[in-house]
Amino acid sequence: MSTSQPEMSRRLGAAGRFNEWINHRFPLQKLMREHVTEYYASKNFNIWYGFGVLSMLVLVLMIVTGIFLTMSYKPSAAEAFSSVEYIMRDVEYGWLIRYMHSTGASAFFIVVYLHMFRALMYGSYKQPRELVWVLGMLIYVALMAEAFFGYMLPWGQMSYWGAQVIISLFGAIPVVGEPLVEWIRGDFYISDITLNRFFALHVIALPLVLVFLVALHIMALHEVGSNNPDGIEIKEKKDANGVPIDGVAFHPYHTSKDLVIIIGFLILFSAVVFFAPTGGGYFLEYANFEPADQLVTPEKIHPVWYFTPYYAILRAVPDKLGGVILMGAAVFVLFLLPWLDRCKVKSIRYRGWQYKVALATFTVSFVMLGWLGLMPATGIYLLLTQIFTLLYFAFFVFMPVYTRMEKTKPVPDRVVFHG
Amino acid sequence: MTDETNTNRRHFLGIATGLMGAAGVGFVAYPFLASWRPSARAQALGAPVEVDISKLEVGALLRIEWRGRPIWVLRRSPEMLETLTAPEVAARLRDPESRESEQPDFARNVHRSVREEFLVIIGSCTHLGCAPLERFEVAPADLGPNWRGGFFCPCHGSTFDLAGRVYAGVPAPTNLPVPPYMFMDDNTILIGSETGAA
Amino acid sequence: MVRLIIAVTAALFLLPAAAGAAPQIPLERANNDVSNIPSLQRGARYYVNFCLGCHSAQYVRYNRVARDLQLSEDQLVNNLMFTGERPFDTMTIAMPAEDSANWFGKVPPDLSLMSRARGTDYLYTFLRSFYVDENGNSNNKVLPMTSMPNVLWELQGLQRAVYSNGDGEFERFESIRPGSMSAEEFDRAVRDLVNFLDYIGEPIQLERRRLGIKVIAFLLVFMLFAWLLKREIWKDVK
Repeated sequence: MSTSQPEMSRRLGAAGRFNEWINHRFPLQKLMREHVTEYYASKNFNIWYGFGVLSMLVLVLMIVTGIFLTMSYKPSAAEAFSSVEYIMRDVEYGWLIRYMHSTGASAFFIVVYLHMFRALMYGSYKQPRELVWVLGMLIYVALMAEAFFGYMLPWGQMSYWGAQVIISLFGAIPVVGEPLVEWIRGDFYISDITLNRFFALHVIALPLVLVFLVALHIMALHEVGSNNPDGIEIKEKKDANGVPIDGVAFHPYHTSKDLVIIIGFLILFSAVVFFAPTGGGYFLEYANFEPADQLVTPEKIHPVWYFTPYYAILRAVPDKLGGVILMGAAVFVLFLLPWLDRCKVKSIRYRGWQYKVALATFTVSFVMLGWLGLMPATGIYLLLTQIFTLLYFAFFVFMPVYTRMEKTKPVPDRVVFHG
Repeated sequence: MTDETNTNRRHFLGIATGLMGAAGVGFVAYPFLASWRPSARAQALGAPVEVDISKLEVGALLRIEWRGRPIWVLRRSPEMLETLTAPEVAARLRDPESRESEQPDFARNVHRSVREEFLVIIGSCTHLGCAPLERFEVAPADLGPNWRGGFFCPCHGSTFDLAGRVYAGVPAPTNLPVPPYMFMDDNTILIGSETGAA
Repeated sequence: MVRLIIAVTAALFLLPAAAGAAPQIPLERANNDVSNIPSLQRGARYYVNFCLGCHSAQYVRYNRVARDLQLSEDQLVNNLMFTGERPFDTMTIAMPAEDSANWFGKVPPDLSLMSRARGTDYLYTFLRSFYVDENGNSNNKVLPMTSMPNVLWELQGLQRAVYSNGDGEFERFESIRPGSMSAEEFDRAVRDLVNFLDYIGEPIQLERRRLGIKVIAFLLVFMLFAWLLKREIWKDVK
């Protein structure tokens, strides 16, 4: 760093001079330093800190496989179903590309849910990372929309009837509901027209939104710096060079670690793609192997597994509008998390029993609601759904109260790291 | 980190991992690139086609389509075949022996066909892909006294004889291509295969 | 609009729709094996002889079947193709949908994906559960009142349902007229047929598993190097 500019350029080879030429016109080196070689993140990251990079990986995977699927898919009611089978049978390796995409959809939600759970455990949404959390939530909402539109495209029975149910939810809105539903469909029933516009939203509109939001999410994160399992701000303890003492450079330390995590993920992902691509009927639902028929509802109809917690909440109240409002609230309330949590301590390692119990209850409720969303909403299932819906909301509603009562443990000065 | 063995080991592992990663990217890229090959459906649609020539009259041209290209079957009369060796034709051709042209080996002869009588060619000018016109009359006003019948491309004036061989001094560089084909029997030509295997 | 509201209500509250009543008997395991090529070859023959008259497999190409089932072109043409299709054609049927709707009350569904939609156990049990009911009509215990006739009756013979004296529950089937096959032979024939249906549901499935083993083996080796590299680099971090 101390070498003067002219002396440096004399020592540079052709590649170096090219880099220099770029850097005078574009902040390549600056960006690399800020986000890669001199972005310092805590050295005590555990496995939970791998799900961010895995989300990125799955996003790239979905975009690439999606582009190739678009090359053979036909977004029309007459051809959609058979064009998917065309991809599965006639296009060379089309089956692999399609299975990567269908498995990727579920993998996306698995890694995103675990990524969010990490934030809940270690207080990653708390000051100064509120915006990181809010942007992440926006990604999550955009991802749900993207998944919903995408699920319609194979034009199987579940595609059709799942879309029917979700679109009809908008009909619950007073006054404008029915005209709104008609406007969304662009027809008097879910038809070729609806499929065609959902295709456009799935392949270009929402991917653009997602990529943009992901860029903002990462910029916001790198501005404030990553949290860590101890919830300690590593920037508060810096060495003589201004480098956080507990931080290590993203590259090569975190990159080498992330590579191991990525390969581990790819092994699990490949296991599903090659040995259980239907994911036991959860990733690709059996009823979706029958073409859409607007006159026959499948025997069991429910959304894909990643929507079922909210679907269960929707059905918890025997009132259409009430259910829709409750479901919307279940998503919206997550946005408020940074302001509902009044505890000064971030990491669950040093928080009181109240939050530990609350988070455990919330997690169990979310998983149970996910299961209940696949079950019929009658009898004991309905009762359980209502109980877990209450527990789900209790986590948020009482959060300002119980987080203030927490008796926290002392937070250490430095992160816990066993070299 | 400072001692020699450590650095070497790190260097080796870095390169090994990098190579594995590069190989992995290659493996992943392969199915995506392979998916651009003609699919089973494209191959089915582009499968060889059978042509019934029993009703084709002497001197007449039959047009069919195979893999999106016009295929012409011309049943040549003895007079027409004679023109192929006539000096006013043969001396003026660019590639009379079909050395530089696109055709199966069986067509590398004067009549450019399996059976002398039947010419099977792709009716697409080798200049810029226009469809040549059949001009089987002898010495018409516009094509001059030496014209013994053949094909004339209206786009840029390329001329071909009755075996699809290109004349010298026209824009088209090579003879009209001959597709792979075979006679299934005396009345049926299979276009698209020389062996009969679909 | 009324229909929509009913449909949505039904969907929201999961009333089992009238799409098809649940099987009246527990499904038996098909225990088929898609890597068993001779079984697939027999199943393919049963399929073209007994099913393909009415049920297309419109996504399945003959030449793909021949390749995967290790049949030569001659064997393919002589054993599986009777109606002048070409080897690269798909297994379509000549019967117009309108006619079949008139004859059977509904269009016989395409079977390309039936094994994936319903499962092999369902198909296996369904095909073995035709019986002559009290009114002398052909009926089925898995799909009651199915409009499909028992096309395999010549092989299986005819059977009737026996109900327990106590509660009138279905107990078992009883043969009332033998077919050309013994019960074991017939079960094997149905298993072969279901095996073929399983195969055409996803023709790539065998290759998929073979490729999967290679991919995962590669990733495990990659993982080893990446992990060693990570451990080496992290020696810096104290």
